[in-house]
Amino acid sequence: MYPSFDSIIETLEAGKMYSFPGGVHPDDKKSLSNTSVIKKPSLPELLIVPLRQHIGSDGICCVEVGDTVLKGQILSQSSSPFSVPVHAPTSGEVVAIAPHVVAHPSGLTEMCISIRPDGKDTWCDLSPIANYSDIDKNKLIEAICQAGISGMGGAGFPTHIKTSTSKPVEFLILNGIECEPYITSDDRLMREHAWQIRQGLDILTHLIGPKAIVVAVEDNKPEAFEALNIACQDKKDYRVVSVETKYPAGGEKQLIQVLTGREVPRNGLPADVGVMMFNVGTCYAIADAILHGKPLIERVVTVTGEAVESPSNFRALLGTPVSHLLDEANYNPKKQKAPKVIMGGPMMGFTLSDATIPVVKTTNCLLVPAKKELVDDNAERPCIRCSACADACPASLLPQQMFWHAKAKEYDKAEEYDLFDCIECGACAYVCPSEIPLVHYYRQAKSEIRIQRDEKNKAEKAKQRFEARKERLEREKLEREEKHRKAKEARLAANKAKEENAVADNANSAVDAGATEAKDKVAAALARAKAKKAAMQANAKDESNTTNTNEPSTAADDKKAQVAAAIARAKAKKAAQAQNEAQLESADKQVEQASSPEDDKKAKVAAAIARAKAKKAAQAQNETRDESAVEPSTTEQPSNQSSSPEDEKKAKVAAAIARAKAKKAAQASQSEASSAEKPAGSQGEKHTELSDTEANSELNAEAQKKARIAAAIAKAKAQKAAKNSEDGQPDKSVSEQGAPTQLDEQPDSHSKEPLDEKQARIAAAVAKAKAKKAASQKTQASSPDGEAGIENQDVNSPEEASFQSVSDQNSSAQSDSASDPANNLSEADEKKARIAAAVAKAKAKKAAKQEEHQGSEQTDANHAASTNEADEKKARIAAAVAKAKAKKLAQDSNGNLATSSNTAEQESSKAHEQSESSSRVGQATSTQAPSQPTAQDEKKARIAAAVAKAKAKKAAAEQEKES
Amino acid sequence: MTISTAIIFAVVAIGVLALIFGLVLGYASIRFKVEGDPLVEQIDAVLPQTQCGQCGYPGCKPYAEAIAEGDDINKCPPGGEATIKKLADLMGVEPKPLDAAHGEEDVKKVAFIREDECIGCTKCIQACPVDAILGAAKHMHTVITDECTGCDLCVDPCPVDCIDMVPIAQTTSTWKWDFESSPKGDIPIKMVS
Repeated sequence: MYPSFDSIIETLEAGKMYSFPGGVHPDDKKSLSNTSVIKKPSLPELLIVPLRQHIGSDGICCVEVGDTVLKGQILSQSSSPFSVPVHAPTSGEVVAIAPHVVAHPSGLTEMCISIRPDGKDTWCDLSPIANYSDIDKNKLIEAICQAGISGMGGAGFPTHIKTSTSKPVEFLILNGIECEPYITSDDRLMREHAWQIRQGLDILTHLIGPKAIVVAVEDNKPEAFEALNIACQDKKDYRVVSVETKYPAGGEKQLIQVLTGREVPRNGLPADVGVMMFNVGTCYAIADAILHGKPLIERVVTVTGEAVESPSNFRALLGTPVSHLLDEANYNPKKQKAPKVIMGGPMMGFTLSDATIPVVKTTNCLLVPAKKELVDDNAERPCIRCSACADACPASLLPQQMFWHAKAKEYDKAEEYDLFDCIECGACAYVCPSEIPLVHYYRQAKSEIRIQRDEKNKAEKAKQRFEARKERLEREKLEREEKHRKAKEARLAANKAKEENAVADNANSAVDAGATEAKDKVAAALARAKAKKAAMQANAKDESNTTNTNEPSTAADDKKAQVAAAIARAKAKKAAQAQNEAQLESADKQVEQASSPEDDKKAKVAAAIARAKAKKAAQAQNETRDESAVEPSTTEQPSNQSSSPEDEKKAKVAAAIARAKAKKAAQASQSEASSAEKPAGSQGEKHTELSDTEANSELNAEAQKKARIAAAIAKAKAQKAAKNSEDGQPDKSVSEQGAPTQLDEQPDSHSKEPLDEKQARIAAAVAKAKAKKAASQKTQASSPDGEAGIENQDVNSPEEASFQSVSDQNSSAQSDSASDPANNLSEADEKKARIAAAVAKAKAKKAAKQEEHQGSEQTDANHAASTNEADEKKARIAAAVAKAKAKKLAQDSNGNLATSSNTAEQESSKAHEQSESSSRVGQATSTQAPSQPTAQDEKKARIAAAVAKAKAKKAAAEQEKES
Repeated sequence: MTISTAIIFAVVAIGVLALIFGLVLGYASIRFKVEGDPLVEQIDAVLPQTQCGQCGYPGCKPYAEAIAEGDDINKCPPGGEATIKKLADLMGVEPKPLDAAHGEEDVKKVAFIREDECIGCTKCIQACPVDAILGAAKHMHTVITDECTGCDLCVDPCPVDCIDMVPIAQTTSTWKWDFESSPKGDIPIKMVS
């Protein structure tokens, strides 16, 4: 518990004092400078005003180089509540805003504004507040802040912060102690300007409203005490007290202890014990600021020491270089070993590193000691543990322990000995018999600890940022995964929906719905497998073994499924060959129907109509050979028509399919009328040409719509043909053939249009159903006339039959692949494209093989299967090769046709077939190409093309041999 | 009272005491259970948190864990001798000189991006362990000097080598009192001997 207010007043009234522990009594040496009045030095050539002259943060410079400033003009703006502005000490020009060595023991630079005085010393407009008691206290405080006033005793704490305290203040103490030796600036100020100090005290009293006001003056300054007594005599509550001389009685905490017996707690402020203390210099500056409106631009500086001839006090402008003041005081360098100027007193000051260092707000003394005044720098001897320092310490610390730990850099232990309660008064160093500069060790330790704290804070911040970053990265990763997962789910869901639809449509077998990845592949394989199955069903009676192998293969995963599909296809072909053509055809039709996804309802309707018409036409066909030529011509039409518009890829694909079908139909009719084909062929050619011209005239301009129109025209022609041959012997197998071809054509032509997938599937289902019907009808038809027909056809055109089957297979597969890309194009799914490529390749190979070896179908199929198994890249290359080959073959066959128009029907049909397949493959690949960006390796393509060319030549040669 | 009864009494008494203390200790071990490894936290607090990875671990915390597991304490160049000393105190081992394999103790540095050379690749941003680099793709980057730990990790990824490690300029607030540059023993009035 500290003494109460009343007891303190009582002791003060009694003239008694409390005391603080320790303290020293050095020779004060004040007589050197306190005898002469405060002088006004001449204007220096350059004034250097540091932006920061106080505790706190820098202000923001608000002038520029080249600006002319007036005396008292503000130079920097407050950037935070803890900063005060600086002002131009005289009128002149700003010549530099740059770092300059400042008053700091380090000799480091800080931002300074250099002003070259113009010598006029013109003041800016001043706004004094005469009736300060009438205006708002906050405005007064603001005025004090704007005047740039900070504590002038030494620490430089911004005064406006002090005055705006909210804590109740019992004692307002004016500190006129000036206990440090040599310094007499406050002494002279009190002697000469006691009245203005009293005015300042009035303002502070008004601002703070303390219970008691104490003016403390040390008893070694009787003149100052007298002057203040006179100044304050009209105010009874202003107690001017004389304090016993003892260093460091002028310290804030020590003076509070002396006057009130209260101890300021560590890390606390005097306000915590109800005390507010101001230096007399600060008080004078406040009076100047409020009553005269003058900002803080000058202060009294004692220039003393034995090395100056005329030690004295100077009213120096802030920013005056130290050297200028030394010159004013007649500094004699000869009296020093080396130039040495101490800023501040002998106990607490620090040696300046540069003579151009400016005077700042806290500079109260410049001490220039002669060599005899100084002890040897290197006089430090070991500590003898005499504990004289502990006796002298005013803060009751253990300096020797702190020194011990500070020297050993055990800063935490030094801190344990309350290093930060040290006021650095230097009393311990003064009494030390070993001449240990204890305060320097403490300062060093303190700065070290502060830096370590800063580093620790920084490390903590870095840690937090590091952790935050780690967390963020983790979170982002999770979010990304989540996003991917969701996208995958969505994709899977979409695929599943698609798959389910497909499965629902493909009523035959929904075996492989479960496969997740690459469902499209699976679906394609499934479709193919189903087509085969259908074919098998048609062949069921004859070849049951082959069908069995298909079933498990469909259940296998996608690659295997593909392979199996290829095998199955091959087997199906064999079976078909073994059987009669009619059956084959119908099976193929089924395949096509089942596999090729048709689109619109309209397509269905059209298909139905087309079928009916085609039947009629077929019936007519069967009667006469001419009709067989008509049939292909009609079916050819859409192909030519749709192939002529080249803008839409889909149109092309569809056209290819249509063409293929038309040819099939033609072949079928030809095989029906096996013997006399030459006229039919020529007729067919003619018809085709005719229809071509017609179709071209109509369709070249536009794309899809016209394709449909063309289909309609084709239909019409078919009808015509049917009418022409109105005879009535219906060969069911042929009629079935015709019907599905028509059926296929039109939906295909429709399928060129942007497909609605669902509708396409529905259409496919419908088509499938129809194909089944057809198949059943076929079987019925084949069973009665079966054997003979088969025999005949086998004898007559084994090649044809094989070609037929191949072409059918191709076309069916083609329709798969072609429709797939059509669908895929929109999705741009690479996988599908690859599947299509593989399919195309297989087909191309088959075609080539069949050309060369017509009998050995199985090996071909196997080969195809094996190639299917090959990896994707090869598949692509192979596709390119196949394309090239197919083109070559087509050219060859066309050439054959052109040269020998009278060649056998087989040849022509073969050529047709070849061109068909080639064009199909080519189209398939061309449709693939855009959707498959990786397949465009040009080099490979060229190589493949070369290979294909060679093969094509071979094939052509063989063809010729055969023919 | 025979010897046997005395022995029985002694045995019973000691047994009862053992039981009581056992229960107390058992309860205490549950009631005052220490969560986590405070040693790792303490070591981590000593480390400079530059997250530079010069110790061979991905950050200061992993190295702290490694030290707790028994790794050497002299692998932290940014911390230097001071950190090694603190770690030695903490771990109760002898301080060792800094392992030169992990780098030399150097003055504190911060990264500085020569901004007119920056191409805005964001590689340094990704490398910075404390997110002290600002910038966006194809825009100039810059270092938040106050947040930079000087870990050096952004220098290598820079494709145009526009990042310099600049020693931190000393200011009056970071200055350490140096007896070499600032002479001591300047109390002129002191005339002891």
